Amino acid sequence: MSFRKIFTPYIHEDKCHSLKFYQSKGGYEQARKALNDWQPDDLIETVKAANLRGRGGAGFPTGVKWGFVPKQVDKPKYLAVNADESEPGTFKDRLIMEKNPHLLLEGIIICCKAVGIHHAYIYIRGEFVFGANRLQNAIDRAYSEGILGENCLGSDFKLDVTVHRGAGAYICGEETGMLTSIEGDRGQPKLKPPFPAVEGLFGCPTVVNNVETLANLPYILEIGAEEYRKIGPENSPGPKLFCVSGHVEKPGVFELPMGVSLRTLIDEHAGGVWKGRKLKAVIPGGSSAHVLTADECDVAMDIESLAAAGTMLGSAGVIVMDETTCMVDALLNIMRFYHHESCGQCTPCREGTGWLEKIAHRIAVGGGRIEDLDLVTEVCDRMVGKTICALADAAAFPAESIVKKFREDFVAAIENGGSPAWVKRHPANTGGAAAHV
Amino acid sequence: MTVTETLAFSDEAMKKYEWLLSRYPTRKAALLPTLRIAESEFGELGVPQMKYVADLMEIPPATVFGVVTFYTHYRRAGVGKYHLQVCSTLSCALRGSGDVVSRVTERLGIGVGETSECGLFTLSKVECLGSCDTAPVIQCNDDYHEGLSLEDVDALIEQLRQEAGKGGA
Ligand SMILES: Cc1cc2nc3c(=O)[nH]c(=O)nc-3n(C[C@H](O)[C@H](O)[C@H](O)COP(=O)(O)O)c2cc1C
Ligand code: SF4
Ligand code: FES
Repeated sequence: MSFRKIFTPYIHEDKCHSLKFYQSKGGYEQARKALNDWQPDDLIETVKAANLRGRGGAGFPTGVKWGFVPKQVDKPKYLAVNADESEPGTFKDRLIMEKNPHLLLEGIIICCKAVGIHHAYIYIRGEFVFGANRLQNAIDRAYSEGILGENCLGSDFKLDVTVHRGAGAYICGEETGMLTSIEGDRGQPKLKPPFPAVEGLFGCPTVVNNVETLANLPYILEIGAEEYRKIGPENSPGPKLFCVSGHVEKPGVFELPMGVSLRTLIDEHAGGVWKGRKLKAVIPGGSSAHVLTADECDVAMDIESLAAAGTMLGSAGVIVMDETTCMVDALLNIMRFYHHESCGQCTPCREGTGWLEKIAHRIAVGGGRIEDLDLVTEVCDRMVGKTICALADAAAFPAESIVKKFREDFVAAIENGGSPAWVKRHPANTGGAAAHV
Repeated sequence: MTVTETLAFSDEAMKKYEWLLSRYPTRKAALLPTLRIAESEFGELGVPQMKYVADLMEIPPATVFGVVTFYTHYRRAGVGKYHLQVCSTLSCALRGSGDVVSRVTERLGIGVGETSECGLFTLSKVECLGSCDTAPVIQCNDDYHEGLSLEDVDALIEQLRQEAGKGGA
């Protein structure tokens, strides 16, 4: 079967976000069938059989996650749609919400029917004002056309959908942080277990799924689990949105089958490294992933292959760096981000991200010591797997891999009194006093 | 009369607030969106505005302050009419966001975190805005300005000045 785009085929058309347009392309037919013809358990089994894996970062099998939700409870159940999209290098869910909001709503309906959920909250990052308005308009239309509300699409199924805007905090992308934020608190993650599927939003069983994950559902019902599993590798199949940014000629979102080669993605789809320069480094799955060197880029972009290559698909946010990039500066930028975004609950994360930023900073400004390189590894060892949520790991993975794989950049910065950019700006200051920070 | 007593939601805002309450099983869950209403009703979230929301929702003021200060995207007191938020995370940094910050600094004579004397502009560095393919990016109030050259930065500032001169928003 040739590859068919499901998220982006019409994004260049004027009214692609409208209900009329969506319905003219067969939109809401699968939701209608799910509501009127399918049994919930069969929906869950189909999604399991399709082997749909979460697109938010962790790659957990979606059907399996739904299966964890208790069937008989006297509490309401909720769906929390993760539209926080805050992983650096990621900008794909935004495209779905702005250009194809009804696809997301159709996926939401299918998920809610499968799990027996009657209220879904879409947690969208606060900065996406345009996207939130687009979504709200789509939801309003869906209510007025009887797609949402008391009798969804003519069935006896009731479903409410509420857009909940975040307010600027990366940590609210982490699922328990997001739930805490919806409840009206500071978005601090909670220890698992209990997992959200058992005890989530308002203490009730809650499914958390990413926007792109849910947007796969109508297509799975349309072509069936067996056909879906044939798209890309069987272990992590499906159509996928890949984000490419940084030093490429044509940054953007590319819809391709899972398993496309990273090299092809960069060279063909994103137009290659910009300005005719050479490739130096790539972070393949959002800034939380281990970095790859130019030589390591002949790898398939799917969950298993990238794990085997010692990194991860994560959010599929590919950040490309050309030969002029100083990896000390790159590390400093990334560590500043994680230090800023740590919610501060766990000592290894709060202190560790601060240390990593400090170390990167002093190397960048000419106060680094060669022992600092081992110190980075040591700090990372004390962070990974020792905290409430995975933000600490997300900071440690790029840190340890950048220092290990690009050691020569760090040694040079230590010997030359700072990173090339710093030395250029402060020629008289080599080995400078400003370094003690 | 204190400032707090003079603050009040308009009827329309109050309707919106009541609708919000109907969307959640707990009152507190409506806090984040209610703060958005307060932000647009009052123009900023300073202490009196936060206190108003706390009273309205019967949530302890300390809780409301704690929530507002946890997040970076609420419009806090003292921010200029135009809040220029330059994304400085990796993909934008790779494509020149540092130069964008310098350009704004040069043109407006303000550093990061400062507000221009005329009260029109505040400059901030922010983290990834989810628009890395169009780096470098500035979010000005609600709007994204993407793929900016330094000339675009100048033009944006000029356009905002004119808009302000006309008394526009
Ligand atoms: C620090 C951190 C940030 C995260 N940010 C996001 C995010 O912005 N969007 C997202 O969908 N998932 C994010 N995740 C993953 C979520 O915790 C969760 O795994 C995901 O939303 C589950 O949905 P899925 O199974 O459909 O992928 C983040 C995780 C961590 C640890
Ligand atoms: S690991 Fe970091 S971000 Fe996560 S809960 Fe702990 S302190 Fe907060
Ligand atoms: S790094 Fe600037 S928008 Fe993502």
